[in-house]
Amino acid sequence: MTLQPVPNPLSRYTPQITVFIAVLVAWEVIVRALNIPRFLLPAPSVILSALLVTFSTVLESAWYTLRNALLGFALGCSAGILVALATSRWTTVREGLLPVAIAINSIPIIALAPIANNWFGSNNPMSKVMIVILITFFPTMINTVRGLTLVEPAKLELMRSYAVSELEVLTKVRIPNALPYVFNAFKVCSSLSLIGAIVAEYFGGPRKSLGVYILQEAQLFRFDNAWAAIIIASLLGIAFYAVVITVERRLIPWHVSVD
Amino acid sequence: MTPVVTLTNVNKVFGGGGRPQTVALKDINLQIEPREFVSLIGPSGCGKSTLLRTIGDLVPPSTGEVVVNGKTAHQARLNREYGMVFQAPVLFEWRTVLHNVELPLEIMRVPKKEREQRAREMLKLVELQGFERHYPWQLSGGMQQRVAIARALAFRPQLLLMDEPFGALDELTRERMNAELLRIWQETQTTVVFVTHSIPEAVFLSTRVVVMSARPGRITAIIPIDLPYPRDVETRESPRFFELVTEVREALRRGEEMRA
Amino acid sequence: MVATLPKRRTSKNLAAILVVVALAVLWQAVKVAFNLDGRTLPHLWEIVLALGEPARRNGPPLIVELLNAALFTAQGAFFGFAIGAVLGFVLGTLFAHVSLLERSLVPYVVASQTVPILAIAPMVVIWLQGSWWSVPVIAAYLTFFPVTINTLRGMKSPDPRALELMRSYAASTWETLWKLRFPAALPAIFTAFKIAATSSVVGAIIAELPAGVQRGLGGAILNFNQYYITGPQRLWAAIAMAALVGIVFYVVIAAIERVALRNIVR
Ligand SMILES: Nc1ncnc2c1ncn2[C@@H]1O[C@H](COP(=O)(O)OP(=O)(O)OP(=O)(O)O)[C@@H](O)[C@H]1O
Ligand SMILES: [Mg+2]
Repeated sequence: MTLQPVPNPLSRYTPQITVFIAVLVAWEVIVRALNIPRFLLPAPSVILSALLVTFSTVLESAWYTLRNALLGFALGCSAGILVALATSRWTTVREGLLPVAIAINSIPIIALAPIANNWFGSNNPMSKVMIVILITFFPTMINTVRGLTLVEPAKLELMRSYAVSELEVLTKVRIPNALPYVFNAFKVCSSLSLIGAIVAEYFGGPRKSLGVYILQEAQLFRFDNAWAAIIIASLLGIAFYAVVITVERRLIPWHVSVD
Repeated sequence: MTPVVTLTNVNKVFGGGGRPQTVALKDINLQIEPREFVSLIGPSGCGKSTLLRTIGDLVPPSTGEVVVNGKTAHQARLNREYGMVFQAPVLFEWRTVLHNVELPLEIMRVPKKEREQRAREMLKLVELQGFERHYPWQLSGGMQQRVAIARALAFRPQLLLMDEPFGALDELTRERMNAELLRIWQETQTTVVFVTHSIPEAVFLSTRVVVMSARPGRITAIIPIDLPYPRDVETRESPRFFELVTEVREALRRGEEMRA
Repeated sequence: MVATLPKRRTSKNLAAILVVVALAVLWQAVKVAFNLDGRTLPHLWEIVLALGEPARRNGPPLIVELLNAALFTAQGAFFGFAIGAVLGFVLGTLFAHVSLLERSLVPYVVASQTVPILAIAPMVVIWLQGSWWSVPVIAAYLTFFPVTINTLRGMKSPDPRALELMRSYAASTWETLWKLRFPAALPAIFTAFKIAATSSVVGAIIAELPAGVQRGLGGAILNFNQYYITGPQRLWAAIAMAALVGIVFYVVIAAIERVALRNIVR
């Protein structure tokens, strides 16, 4: 793919930018033309002006939430990778652990948020970080285990013909093979961690946090403010995702990622 | 001189235990002397790859004995006496071409500088200079296979096991690679076991051609090739070459008829 | 393999059961080791016992109440899953065939998932005038994403040579879709369904919060959370029920997958 000459980067994004502008314009026009009340859907211009007014409050709340999400992401993902690596040696442990991990991964972890609040207190960031850790741990661990084990048999055979140790098979074949899987987990977890942090705040959190702020503004029918905060939250999510993709491109240039 | 490979009454049965059985190898007896170049030829599915993999200790024989350089095949593998080239290139997509060739040298703890120099030499041998920094997916199928050959040659194994390494190449490149392989073989004193579907390739390269037939996979003929060295383009046009090609073809046909 | 598979299965199941037992032991060990009171971590059996007792005076036993709530939430999750799966499949198929649509819309599909779902939940509730349908709609919002992406990937996964083969038969786009792209995409689609099964349950539970729906598990969790001090076991039991619904959804999809893909060796 990199062999092809890359055309003007702007033209690559033309369709996306066109859609973006078209949607914004259509939204503005329709809301104004049909006179849609503000509590149903505020026009983009209204949201923008609300954003400008509330910017510093929103940013402060967003920073609190983002910090929890990042910390939880870092802890949950590293723990997931470490456990996967640790179990890669023992087939029985792994095979016993994996179905349980998959089962736990299929439970709505967010339901534990009230428990976390009771443990740490809802104003303690740890109550949100714990939820994010749990939400990110399992996908990372499951994906990493898959990446470590789903190796093309011929590659293992080649290593076998060199008579290398299990440790070297791990470092030379399994870990590089797992990297794309790990990054897929990171991509999923990047948005999961933010959503997890925000939703956990819905069950109770400090005033200056995105979840509480959005909920409160919506309850007070200040929907333009709520939407402004939602847009900030999405931008954070997109930025986080973009960072993960950039690191992926840098770190595993051989991998032709789909998105 | 002890033979490099001795196969005694080797049988290999796949399946069983509820699944259909395939007799991939039946009563194989074969001795390969040092510095020989032995080709295995036979219809598809007759067990050539299986035989090669048995020698390389990648599949255990069901019964019988495989001795390599006076040791078990297992011990020979642990001593790293094999260089394998598979039917598919089996490159590591996370390594550049150069680093793929360096892989076995890395494993054998060759110092970095020597490693790189040797890998570059090998890439030159397979005519891939200039592609050192490419990733495998940026190469054509034939180029990938040449990387795999360079990788197998890089650590100068005592026994080269090659499974249809040139199947993906065009005719002219293939002939050039044949000539190169022959030159390398003469220079490096390795013993080669070589699986192919091409009769002229087998005749041109080999000291002996082993003809196999399918289901069960057996050896039906062993044809010594007495073409003089150095072999080159003219060899391919000599009358003796055509006689031997015909002889191998007849042997293959007879093997087929014996089944029918 | 036919002969050896069942044996491997049992040993696998045994290992999984051992892990579950180990987790239970760990739970109790942590409780004892750190001397945690019932409010922090109730005994496992306290949770089980709580199931048999009524949660309200003269009410039915907790388990009955929770099962009703679970059934209610499962309904929302099921409809959400169905809507999301169909939408995702249609979108993914469309994107796989029309590259202009793919390039212009897929980034927004990805971006859609960064919108905190609960944040828009209150709006959705208002849009749908507080009807029960806001629950499946929110669940569908979480469900359609993995299905879209994986359908798109799966539909584009066939070997280019296989596509050329279909071309050489002058097969129509429609035939190529059903005979080649769809079967090739099935494993990826089922992978997405398994992810979506969980997401739809999560979606249904959190959608109940702003929707003010009391009858489901989301409502139960909120409710028991208020009485946590006096009866933490009940909140734990409600969470366990939510976990059970999630696992059941997953297992059902995995079972369907096994039947649908039984001829595809992986
Ligand atoms: N791992 C395996 N399990 C079961 N059967 C196998 C296995 N490997 C090979 N076989 C069977 O053994 C027989 C010989 O296979 P083998 O790969 O050695 O053939 P081959 O001569 O190399 O064929 P080709 O020229 O097509 O590469 C075939 O019938 C094949 O089905
Ligand atoms: Mg073969």
